[in-house]
Amino acid sequence: MNQKHKMTITHLFTHALEICESFLRQPRIMAEKIYQKHKMTITHLFTYALVICAYFACQSMIKAEKMTLSLEGQLVPICAYIVLAVSLNLTVGISGELSLGHAGFMYVGAITGVIASMWMRYAFTEESAFFLFFENMNIDFALVRMLISLIVAGVFAGIVGFIIGIPVLRLRGDYLAIVTLAFGEIIRNIMTCLYVAVNKKTGALNFTFNNSDIPSKDFKLFIKGPTGITGNSPKIATFVIGIGLVLFTLLIVQNLINSRTGRAIKACRDNRIAAESMGLNVTKYKMIAFVTSACLAGMAGALYAANFSSVVPSKFSIDTSILILVFVVLGGLGNILGSVISATVLTLLPELLREFDDYRMLVYVVVLILTMLITNSPIVKSLIGAIKEGAKKLFARKNTENGANS
Amino acid sequence: MITFLTYLINGLNIGSVYAVIALGYTMVYGVAKMLNFAHGDVIMVGAFLAYCVCAYLGLHPIIAVLGAVIGCTILGILIERLAYKPLRQATSLAVLITAIGMSYFLQNMAQLIWGSDTKSFPSIIQGDAIVLFKTVQDGVTKTLTLSPINILTMASCFIIMIALTLFINKTKMGKAMRCVSEDKGAAELMGINVNLTISVTFAIGSALAAVAGILLCASNYAPLSPTTGSLPGIKAFTAAVFGGIGSIPGAMLGGILLGLIENLGKAYVSSELADAFVFGILIVVLLVKPTGLLGKKIHEKV
Amino acid sequence: MASKKFKSNTIMVPVPSTSIVPERDAGKLPVLETSHLGIEFGGLKAVDDVNLAVGPTEICGLIGPNGAGKTTVFNLLTKVYQPTHGTILLNGKDTAGMTTEQANRMGIARTFQNIRLFNNMTVEENVTIGLHNQIRYNMFSGIFRLPGYWMGEKKQHQKALDLLSIFDMTHLANAKAGSLPYGAQRRLEIVRALATHPSLLLLDEPAAGMNPHETEELMENIIKIRDQFQIAVLLIEHDMNLVMGICEGICVLNYGRVIAKGTPDEIQSNPAVIEAYLGKQKEAK
Repeated sequence: MNQKHKMTITHLFTHALEICESFLRQPRIMAEKIYQKHKMTITHLFTYALVICAYFACQSMIKAEKMTLSLEGQLVPICAYIVLAVSLNLTVGISGELSLGHAGFMYVGAITGVIASMWMRYAFTEESAFFLFFENMNIDFALVRMLISLIVAGVFAGIVGFIIGIPVLRLRGDYLAIVTLAFGEIIRNIMTCLYVAVNKKTGALNFTFNNSDIPSKDFKLFIKGPTGITGNSPKIATFVIGIGLVLFTLLIVQNLINSRTGRAIKACRDNRIAAESMGLNVTKYKMIAFVTSACLAGMAGALYAANFSSVVPSKFSIDTSILILVFVVLGGLGNILGSVISATVLTLLPELLREFDDYRMLVYVVVLILTMLITNSPIVKSLIGAIKEGAKKLFARKNTENGANS
Repeated sequence: MITFLTYLINGLNIGSVYAVIALGYTMVYGVAKMLNFAHGDVIMVGAFLAYCVCAYLGLHPIIAVLGAVIGCTILGILIERLAYKPLRQATSLAVLITAIGMSYFLQNMAQLIWGSDTKSFPSIIQGDAIVLFKTVQDGVTKTLTLSPINILTMASCFIIMIALTLFINKTKMGKAMRCVSEDKGAAELMGINVNLTISVTFAIGSALAAVAGILLCASNYAPLSPTTGSLPGIKAFTAAVFGGIGSIPGAMLGGILLGLIENLGKAYVSSELADAFVFGILIVVLLVKPTGLLGKKIHEKV
Repeated sequence: MASKKFKSNTIMVPVPSTSIVPERDAGKLPVLETSHLGIEFGGLKAVDDVNLAVGPTEICGLIGPNGAGKTTVFNLLTKVYQPTHGTILLNGKDTAGMTTEQANRMGIARTFQNIRLFNNMTVEENVTIGLHNQIRYNMFSGIFRLPGYWMGEKKQHQKALDLLSIFDMTHLANAKAGSLPYGAQRRLEIVRALATHPSLLLLDEPAAGMNPHETEELMENIIKIRDQFQIAVLLIEHDMNLVMGICEGICVLNYGRVIAKGTPDEIQSNPAVIEAYLGKQKEAK
């Protein structure tokens, strides 16, 4: 093969490449355009897809008996934490108000949810019309109880959120944070004084702040003040319901932030005064975000409580609120997908670190601190910036080359 | 009447401890503009250090106090340098999360070193309680006493506040702190070493935390364990907000009021709902005066 | 004036509140009328006894030295501050006790001296925020993607692009507002204000930081906006070419008080105005 042939072949080859690229260019630009235009929708769909895939992955692992028991026990709590993280992201990331009392709403939801499900358990006997209605439709009554208790929990937590929101949303910044913290503690404090019993025969509920007031006969005490929720069995929360709630939450939050209302919420966060001058009722939109968030947190609380036969009140303390906040911040403020991932990973992390046992919380917090330091340090930031810039340049050069060719 | 006075003295006592903790919070907030969530755990570390010096080494309580103060000062500076300084330019939420992480880190370290069981704190001051008042009513003798630790707590709280006020207002470093709290950038342009100033603030705050930790445990308000500092920390923080965060007299006033409210609430409202009562009052105050009792009002410029 | 004149000379006529409007607006209700408007900040009278009237299609200038209280007047008109004295009539309706949001719904929109865009949102989203009260659908159609959502979004998108085309900014629709150059941010603020369908547009130093060419373009655009939307414009500006070039009536403020009112020509030869800007002639010598 002489020099001339070589040249021709190279020439032909480059031509062929160019032709290929010109064929590919149009779709690529199109894809780029579509991505730019529907960036949010694509991210949202990806989030749903991820959750559904995770569900099937877990189910197949359970079927294949590859999943450890402790991990299987974590599935529903993980769902609850995802819902909590996503809902808190609505307040902190989208609405821009630092809330440190999210566990309070969770607690309200847990208590009201358990009350609802216990009441239904005893109020509707197996002969009652309500029970038979679902029996005939071949629907498990436990599922009905769970769903109704979720709704009840959501409604009550939403009402509490609204009542708390009236004073809280008048404040700003750190003061708002401390007041939400205070409300969270108040809720927990009041709830730890509450005793609720249900009449095993009629389903009548008995609320009291004093243990001795409850008649022992026929009554089952299931919320026992400082001991928390007890005897909440059999468990009615399942992984399917958990995933369902996660998807429901994603639907509400993602669609909300991408609608007229959501844009208004974001505008109020970005610049309150400008938002007011644009005719937005800032308090109204902050309230919508706050109440929606409280509502979903309540549902998560009901799900969480229904997964355990007993839950102590310290599960709903400030520590939990902060834990959820950590999920949100590490996942990225305003980033829903990030919240989902970080809630999952950070709930699993201590579980996976079980071998270290004594050190696992330590490792957890060290990971947390290092993540914060690394993601926020100027050196790393400039490095990431440089990489992005380099990628952009590379991309831009390719584009101009294409432009020159055409 | 005597019962009331006893509650009052107890309230003043715990209030003084809250005030000392709140001073640390408020100083750090004022200068570094961050909520140092780890402050409550520095208290715990201080108490543990003092406990170690007393119980393991068997030294005099004064040395224990000194040791705890020095140890916590170093700890405070270390925390600031390692965890907070790299985040000076970051968002306040990132700093808050790091502080929360630091808080859990200290708790877990303490648990590893000292175990999670509660320790009984040695009494750091001996002496008989002073009987202020004595009555016999219906055959029951009621006495109003002031124990040495009460006197020590209130006195040290008072001295600390005066010393701190003088430090802030009369010394060069104090002036630098006030400058940094107003405007970090401008202070730097005026030749103030901002990093040093913030480190000193943390050092002072942590030293105060050590004192507060010892007083807290010596007054038997909380048993000594790795989680000793969390709740008093949060309460002292609300006290600082209550009085107007960033203001030293505000922290003092807030702390003492909080202690009084808590104790009187426990006595006359409900012992179980005391915390709810304290936080309820905080909310009412913030709604009436959104910047706290002695806080400054900040206008947003349009 | 070096700059070309954009308007024919207007004759100003008085209205009841001792102010003036262009002759063509004479019989009509002024879009804005203030009487004895004032505010005190702890004893300091930042704005005092301001009587101002703006005709329905007038371009009116509010000028004065730094610290004269011009932006404070804007803040009073938009209810960022509640006035301590006097009344503000918007289209003949008293705005006492209203909030900023309600004032906007009454038909008053503004831009800001220090730009206040929603920086983390795209240009189009910024404009749709302005359209918030114009094109509505409820929250539930948003969450559950009911037909109302799709129709509303489509309308908003179309309207936003229409508005952006005034300043030739349609190609920037998907860019982050915070990443725009300074001049574009100022223009976007005007578009956003226009989206709220105002009857009175307040522009706070619209030409600040713009080069002469951009300023010229802006002047054309302000007139275009006025003619197209038939609205009144009240603007604060330090660039005298712009003020003298497009304003029909000018109100001069100093130390919170109105020191002169009139047409550009009158203002230019008014001794009180010259004194306020340059100091007393004796001192100058």
